[in-house]
Amino acid sequence: MRGDAAMFDYSFAELSSILVMQGFAGLILFSVFVLMALGLAIIFGQMGVINMAHGEFMILGAYVTYLTSHLFTEFLPFAYPAYFFFAMIFAFIAAGALGLLVEWVMIRHLYARPLDTLLATWGLSLILQQIFRSTFGAREVGVELPDWMMGSLNVTDSIEVQINGLFVMGLTAAITAAVLVLLFKSRWGLQVRAVTTNRTMSGAVGIDTRRVDRMTFGLGCGVAGVAGAAFTMIGSTGPTSGQLYIVDTFLVVVFGGAQSLLGTVASAFTISQSQSALEFFISGSMAKVITLLIVIGLLMLRPQGLFVLKVRR
Amino acid sequence: MASDDINEKTGLTSPLRRQLLKGMAAVPAMAAFGGAARSSFAADGVNTTGLAVTDTEVTVGILHSVTGTMAISETGSVQAEKLAIEQINAMGGVLGRKIKYIQEDGASDWPTFAEKAKKLLVNDKCASVFGCWTSASRKAVLPVFEQYNGMLYYPTFYEGLEQSKNVIYTGQEATQQIIAGLDWVVKEKGAKTFYLLGSDYIWPRTSNKIARKHIENFQKLEVVGEEYFPLGHTQFNSVINKIKLKKPDVIYAIIVGGSNVAFYKQLKAAGFDLENKQTLLTISVTEDEILGIGGENIVGAYACMKYFQSLDNENNKKFVAAFKEMWGKDIVIGDVTQAAYLGPWLWKATVEKAGSFDIDKVAAASPGIEFTGAPEGYVRIHENHHLWSKTRVGRARTDGQYDVVYETADLVEPNPFPKGYQ
Amino acid sequence: MNIRSLASNWLGFALLTILLVVVFPALLDDFRLNLVGKYLSFGFVVLGLVLCWGYTGILSLGQGIFFGLGGYCIAMFLKLEASTPEATKIQSTPGIPDFMDWNQLTELPFFWQPFHSFGFTVFAIMAVPAAIAFILAYAMFKRRVGGVYFAIITQAVTAVLTILIIGQQGYTGGINGITDLRTLLGWDIRTDGAHNILYFVCVALLLVCILIGRFILKSKLGRILVAIRDKEERVRFSGYDVANFKTFVFCAAAALAGIGGAMFTLQVGFMSPTIIGIVPSIEMVIFCALGGRLSLIGALLGALIVNAAKTTFSEMFPELWLFAMGGLFIGVTLFFPKGLAGLVDDYVRPWLVKVLFGGGAKPTDRPAPTPAE
Repeated sequence: MRGDAAMFDYSFAELSSILVMQGFAGLILFSVFVLMALGLAIIFGQMGVINMAHGEFMILGAYVTYLTSHLFTEFLPFAYPAYFFFAMIFAFIAAGALGLLVEWVMIRHLYARPLDTLLATWGLSLILQQIFRSTFGAREVGVELPDWMMGSLNVTDSIEVQINGLFVMGLTAAITAAVLVLLFKSRWGLQVRAVTTNRTMSGAVGIDTRRVDRMTFGLGCGVAGVAGAAFTMIGSTGPTSGQLYIVDTFLVVVFGGAQSLLGTVASAFTISQSQSALEFFISGSMAKVITLLIVIGLLMLRPQGLFVLKVRR
Repeated sequence: MASDDINEKTGLTSPLRRQLLKGMAAVPAMAAFGGAARSSFAADGVNTTGLAVTDTEVTVGILHSVTGTMAISETGSVQAEKLAIEQINAMGGVLGRKIKYIQEDGASDWPTFAEKAKKLLVNDKCASVFGCWTSASRKAVLPVFEQYNGMLYYPTFYEGLEQSKNVIYTGQEATQQIIAGLDWVVKEKGAKTFYLLGSDYIWPRTSNKIARKHIENFQKLEVVGEEYFPLGHTQFNSVINKIKLKKPDVIYAIIVGGSNVAFYKQLKAAGFDLENKQTLLTISVTEDEILGIGGENIVGAYACMKYFQSLDNENNKKFVAAFKEMWGKDIVIGDVTQAAYLGPWLWKATVEKAGSFDIDKVAAASPGIEFTGAPEGYVRIHENHHLWSKTRVGRARTDGQYDVVYETADLVEPNPFPKGYQ
Repeated sequence: MNIRSLASNWLGFALLTILLVVVFPALLDDFRLNLVGKYLSFGFVVLGLVLCWGYTGILSLGQGIFFGLGGYCIAMFLKLEASTPEATKIQSTPGIPDFMDWNQLTELPFFWQPFHSFGFTVFAIMAVPAAIAFILAYAMFKRRVGGVYFAIITQAVTAVLTILIIGQQGYTGGINGITDLRTLLGWDIRTDGAHNILYFVCVALLLVCILIGRFILKSKLGRILVAIRDKEERVRFSGYDVANFKTFVFCAAAALAGIGGAMFTLQVGFMSPTIIGIVPSIEMVIFCALGGRLSLIGALLGALIVNAAKTTFSEMFPELWLFAMGGLFIGVTLFFPKGLAGLVDDYVRPWLVKVLFGGGAKPTDRPAPTPAE
């Protein structure tokens, strides 16, 4: 193609600033992947539950953001610029609460049969999609963002970084840190890890495994809700938008080695960087195919994923 | 009276007997039958092929996705078709018969579309079907319509390369949507270089091919990049960087569905100022899509369509008012929605010209049918079953509407198999 | 083997045969019968899933791949037959499929060439899916990847294949798929008569496949498969090469799915990438789960019931039918883990045998195996 040959006609300064921005694009993609996979990693990794409705929990968060923005324009216009923070809190509460309910009604009966959770949560995702459609209409809704979150910062004349990209990165860092602290520093986290490692023994030493499971599932769903809220900045909000995330999310988690949150982060980094770099040199859809193939190939070589935790089964 | 006599008998006879009598409804002496005995097909001249047409009613089908990923786009078409049918019924229907519709869900799945199309034609004997949105769904139902001789009114702008006796294409084929827009942007904006983007499937690829041929061979200008993304793609930062590097005069974007939202939000976040600095021309963003994108994210972009909700004419004012009354004041109307609205009206005009519901007669009578009440102004059916219609360029406003900045002086001829663009 | 256990074992098969061969054709009109034929083509996939998921414990979320490959094989053959130079004379290159012409291809790609031959096509319908399955499975099973990992990987392959087919539209027909298929060896497959014949061909093949499946499950191989599912390590320590058995059963399931895809294409009249996607692949697993993953006949009926429910619900309540479907999936998983067949095994069959052969019936002599994990 003629266009591509022209790549070499640019000055060094231009190319280097593009390189910086491209690196930044890769980091944004990385944050997006981590954010979207974190909730699933908690649920799948710690509990072995395959939550096919993960995308729908994210979209629930997005719809909550949409409602919150309307709430603020209606009743609290002066606080509008800050509405997004409240929206994320509401999204966490809404998705988390729904998660607790779902765990109580459905998931807790299925712990002995993890593959069956896949089917039941698929049914759940169909129902949630239809609830969204009946409530908000089949069309997509536009979530308006406060002005300060749009646009970009000029670092130099030719290097610009997106504010919402920075926001997503910050949010991802904060949430990942919070989850890690919760898992590794809190009493509850200790219990979760104990249950993951050996459920029977944990029960025997007096851990209420049912409560731990319920809270874990709720937390995972809540994090998905926050991710959904954040994604209104970069993606669409419609009844079926959640399905767009399913494959990427599961791949990130599995590639990372399901039991390890650090693995999830590392795998998100690998996948996002290779995809972002490939997209720069070849067309978007081929880049996607090649990235997926690389991941599948690596998984064949190293099936346990990047990081693995010893688990007694 | 003899007829009273028979009437009484039908009330009492066995089901089998009733069937026989129904079969005999063609006998002219029985035309004086009361309503109850007249539920069978009236077989006077208007319906000789057994379509679901009675003396008071005619059945049509509506076939769109109301679930699945395409429901987002197809909802507007369903609403427009229902509105048109209601309005036609309020005016007395078609050939004195009220239109009754049967709605089926294609569920965004092409085999389901084929299945439902067959049901509408074979089981329900629909006199015509308004439906389909994606090309793939149309390709799936086309053999069904040809085999069982049905009539499909297809509303979406599409890539062309097709023509069928059994389909009326009420949207634009590709050249009608592309060429006038490119000519305008070159003349008005002095554009020299173009960057073509699209979702990775047949419509964007074919449209970009036509655009590229027009730009390179006819306008003698340059395409500096062309790129495609899987449907549902949500990450555009890399290509946005490439665009920054190439600095094209015009970004020509044919991205569809949820990807659209991601693309325009990320474009805006990356500092592209569509209002003042960067020209962007799209043929895939109607008012419906802006609802999801958010007007503030796409303000200043140009779209090349045949219809915008903001069109200033009497037909359109009435149409918009009626649409909002039926479906709510916040609703928006996009190009395809309007094209879907044309379907029932064109069908009514054709049936009345043909004096018959028979598919063959309707197909034969279609070329030359005019609709002066079209919200887009005036349309006429071409011999190739597409519509003559104007091409317009609109500029997106913050409130999600378009300002019409240009329209072709004459109707543009539909040309589904354009020479020199293949 | 006494008559009672014989009846208990073959009752289901006999009833199914009567249902498919006599009852449906007698009761349903041409349109509905064709629909049932379409549903039955998913039955092949589901039989494969019973073998590889129900009895061997390999959950695949990628059966759509094999279904699609089988379907594409026959679709390529039919498309070539439909694209005679006379029929395509308005194209710039007559004699090639129309979508290739639109994409400026001037000659048939090499991998299309063998599909001129019907013999090769029939071979490819089973061989191509099985070969892909082998490539996918062998490496992974050798490295002892299983369970959820395998499921997710097959799902990712589904995504890759869909994107590839949609993207390479000059070679594959893109998102529209391969459409407008007319004749098979000169026989018009679009008429009602042809659909009826295809229905019976489909039923016959299906019944044969059930018999083969039964044979496999009753043989020593079947017992090894169950053993692998329940305690893979022990089987390995007993000296069996577990990976080979798993690969075999996965390939067999893929070949079955390929046949299903071919029957689907013949009866629907086209093939498109939407049938390969992630959603249809999961749906196929759901047919199997709902009908009963441990019962060939049950799973087949699951495919019929879910599809029929989908059609009926969506005709009756086009805007609400997803609630019904979602509720069905959740309800069955929660309350009937062995699917509908489990219900039949536990209650209906003993009762039926009792009614037919007098009281004192013991439950079936084949105890219902417990589901995986």
